[in-house]
Amino acid sequence: MSSHYEAPIRKPLVIGDKNFHDVTVDVAAPVEGRANKQWWIVFSIALAAFLWGVGCVAYTVGTGIGTWGSNKTVGWAWDITNFVWWVGIGHAGTLISAVLLLFRQKWRMAINRSAEAMTIFSVIQAAMFPVFHMGRPWLAYWVMPVPNQFGSLWVNFNSPLLWDVFAISTYLSVSLVFWWTGLLPDFAMLRDRAVTPFTKRVYSIVSFGWSGRAKDWQRFEEVSLVLAGLATPLVLSVHTIVSFDFATSVIPGWHTTILPPYFVAGAIFSGFAMVNTLLIIMRKVSNLEAYITIQHIELMNIIIMITGSIVGTAYITELFIAWYSGVEYEQYAFLNRATGPYWWSYLLMMTCNVVSPQVMWSKKIRTSIMASFIISIVVNIGMWFERFVIIVTSLHRDYLPSSWTMFQPTFVDAGFFIGTIGFFFVLFLLYSRSFPVIAQAEVKSIMKTSSEKYKKLRDQEGHNNHSHSDNH
Amino acid sequence: MYTFSSKLKTFSFILMIVGVLGIGYSFFTAPKDINDVEAILASQHGHHGDAHAEGAEHHDAKDAHVNTAHSEDAHAAAGHDAHDAHGAEAHEAHDEHTHHLKHVLQQLQNKPWAGVYVAALFFMLISLGALAFYAIQNAASAGWSPVLFRVMEGISAYLIPGAVIVFLLLVLGVMGSHHLFVWMDKDVVAHDHLIQGKSGYLNGPFFLIRAALFMGGWIFYRQYARKVSLAQDEASDNLNFKKSFKAAASFLVFFIVSESIMSWDWIMSVDPHWFSTLFGWYVFASFVVSAVTVIAMVTLYLKSQGYLEYVNTSHIHDLAKFMFGFSVFWTYLWFSQFMLIWYADIPEEITYFVTRIEHYNLPFFGMVVMNFVLPVLILVNTDFKRLTWIVVLAGTIILCGHYVDFFNMIMPATVGDQWFIGAGEIGSILFFMGLFIFVVFSAISKAPLLAKRNPLIEESKHFHY
Repeated sequence: MSSHYEAPIRKPLVIGDKNFHDVTVDVAAPVEGRANKQWWIVFSIALAAFLWGVGCVAYTVGTGIGTWGSNKTVGWAWDITNFVWWVGIGHAGTLISAVLLLFRQKWRMAINRSAEAMTIFSVIQAAMFPVFHMGRPWLAYWVMPVPNQFGSLWVNFNSPLLWDVFAISTYLSVSLVFWWTGLLPDFAMLRDRAVTPFTKRVYSIVSFGWSGRAKDWQRFEEVSLVLAGLATPLVLSVHTIVSFDFATSVIPGWHTTILPPYFVAGAIFSGFAMVNTLLIIMRKVSNLEAYITIQHIELMNIIIMITGSIVGTAYITELFIAWYSGVEYEQYAFLNRATGPYWWSYLLMMTCNVVSPQVMWSKKIRTSIMASFIISIVVNIGMWFERFVIIVTSLHRDYLPSSWTMFQPTFVDAGFFIGTIGFFFVLFLLYSRSFPVIAQAEVKSIMKTSSEKYKKLRDQEGHNNHSHSDNH
Repeated sequence: MYTFSSKLKTFSFILMIVGVLGIGYSFFTAPKDINDVEAILASQHGHHGDAHAEGAEHHDAKDAHVNTAHSEDAHAAAGHDAHDAHGAEAHEAHDEHTHHLKHVLQQLQNKPWAGVYVAALFFMLISLGALAFYAIQNAASAGWSPVLFRVMEGISAYLIPGAVIVFLLLVLGVMGSHHLFVWMDKDVVAHDHLIQGKSGYLNGPFFLIRAALFMGGWIFYRQYARKVSLAQDEASDNLNFKKSFKAAASFLVFFIVSESIMSWDWIMSVDPHWFSTLFGWYVFASFVVSAVTVIAMVTLYLKSQGYLEYVNTSHIHDLAKFMFGFSVFWTYLWFSQFMLIWYADIPEEITYFVTRIEHYNLPFFGMVVMNFVLPVLILVNTDFKRLTWIVVLAGTIILCGHYVDFFNMIMPATVGDQWFIGAGEIGSILFFMGLFIFVVFSAISKAPLLAKRNPLIEESKHFHY
């Protein structure tokens, strides 16, 4: 791909005295070892939350959607808020894998695997909401354009909710294929190291007989590049279509053309925050600090800062255009956000999303693990409120004052959301114990250019024969 | 060191002279009063079949209506008992006709100004786009592009004269020399509640202050970045490199804000009733893709002349990828803006696209072909992205397409259905192209083409993809 020369100002991406074998051992260790007590405790909590969520969903489906706090005016509330939130989080995974691959960002190697896993698991959470927020979810298959016995009754392709079905299902399947393709060499590594017949069998099956020949690698690289090229527009279009759910409407506060790119920016923002949250813990508990370095965290923080600024610009644009439009409904929608009964949620969203990423301008803060961890959580709270504000404050007061109302969530709303968080962590915890959480094959490809050990070796050589004397 | 070839210099002067002649001709032939307009409209009866036919037909219908109202036949047919009423009606129709003529007069008088304005804005934004791209490369510590930095710096040199010209055009508008911005017309504002509501923002002094502030900020960054970039060549440490990194990051923050506001001010406000939140980013996509294209074309020219020793096909490949990527990005924003407004069909927004689809059908949809379909088909192939003629071909299509994009943004509100691409428009393009070439290549000839001591230059020299 690129030359072996790397500028001396670039900091190493793999720190410590690591050779190729060390990478293998470090990545395989969490999979080959046994889970400790903390893992079981956290897993049990996640499982309990998940089961509680299952109960809430069962109650909703059995009793009816009226168990939720939504009402005749506010027909969408927590259901769609959570849906958009989870989809947004799912975006950073593919972004890291695809966009950062297209931009040849070597630091992606250490984080892409977990980011993609996060994508898959959060899209699964997201996909539950469109089904279970239906009044009659058992008829959900009617959204599919399949020939049938009702005189071939078809779907209407004009609805963004139908586009959602295609977008989410395509996104999930492409992300899954992209992720699994990248896993093949790593599963093969685990297969070759397996000591029990059972693990040998399992990793043989999932690695699809990968043998790592030159031709295989050549095609592997090409497939990754093509999938990255396809996944990038997919990332943009999926969240764009999610934003169309609102932007195509005529509701003041929803109908605005900036929503597509602004939702995408927000998705990257919240997704990176979630990756940061997960990886800061993972690097510690799985002893991967040599690979997920402070530099990785800093770079993720910078992306959070940039996308946070883009989101901030979009907020201000919306506010300005609402005033500039001269449309009183539009003006009121924003006045209501800022000073209406949900002012606190608007204030929270503004503080968490606009103010908090700006502290990353300070190098001291963005290279502090504690600060990064706190801000990454703050951002995800803020982004949840962003969706809540957009959805609920635009609905609860719109054209006709006689239909103005409020929204109050019930424990079932909350239970479903908690359940998805539980389910997400169940999946992620299982993943972190059975999958190679760092793409070791990719990390090995940058060892010679970007690891601390080889950089030192090269420097010594450089001093000996003065090959780059113009740089001294 | 690059020396500005006398051939290219002569070429740029010829472009400027021909351009000035075309612009002068368009101003000279613009109608002075409504009698001229009537003559023009009458002559259009005989000129069917050109791109203007649709608009002309529209006027035929109106003229026919007015003539009928005036004619004795119609008078007789109306019946004697309605005589008085009919007289009033005819009078009204006459008023309407005069009003219509005045309207067309203003559009035709706007036409040469609009032609100059579109081209002035287009070339200035190309140089601004190159500056933004340069800042992104610096802030991202890109390893492939430092060998192209001097080319980008050269292109951004046009920002100074380009911004001055655009600023003068804006000042002339505020002074009332032209009527591109209808909200600057006090008579119009007096009868328009919507514009009155916006006059806290849309008023001459504030408008010019904003323009001066933004242009000043961009030019300041450009000059500073150039200075530290040249200083780094002679330095013994990386202090200037660090300065350029910090300056680039700060500029990008200033840029995202100023660019949005700039696009509302200089482009969106020609339609002061219309608004779209996406607009600023849409304008950005349009000029940044043009800027990357110009960077690629200038690089290819310099390379073909034997300069730019270290630029190889991989660098061109990367630029072509950006041309491809930003073309898709532009289309994404174009479609998002268009589809959302088309879908919801809210009257106050939809008029924007109704006028464009009715009166600018070919340019409006033609630009989607030029800015999306053709670049995507041509540049999707890896081998093609390394071929000079392919990149130049795709680049020419992209540049023409984005000129049409700016044309579509400005013209409908200023000249309406009286548009055509004639001496004024082509003259303006040629003039600004000549000026652009002259300024850019003069700037490129003033400094070595390789940023010598940039810490990333070795990576860039050895770059292969």
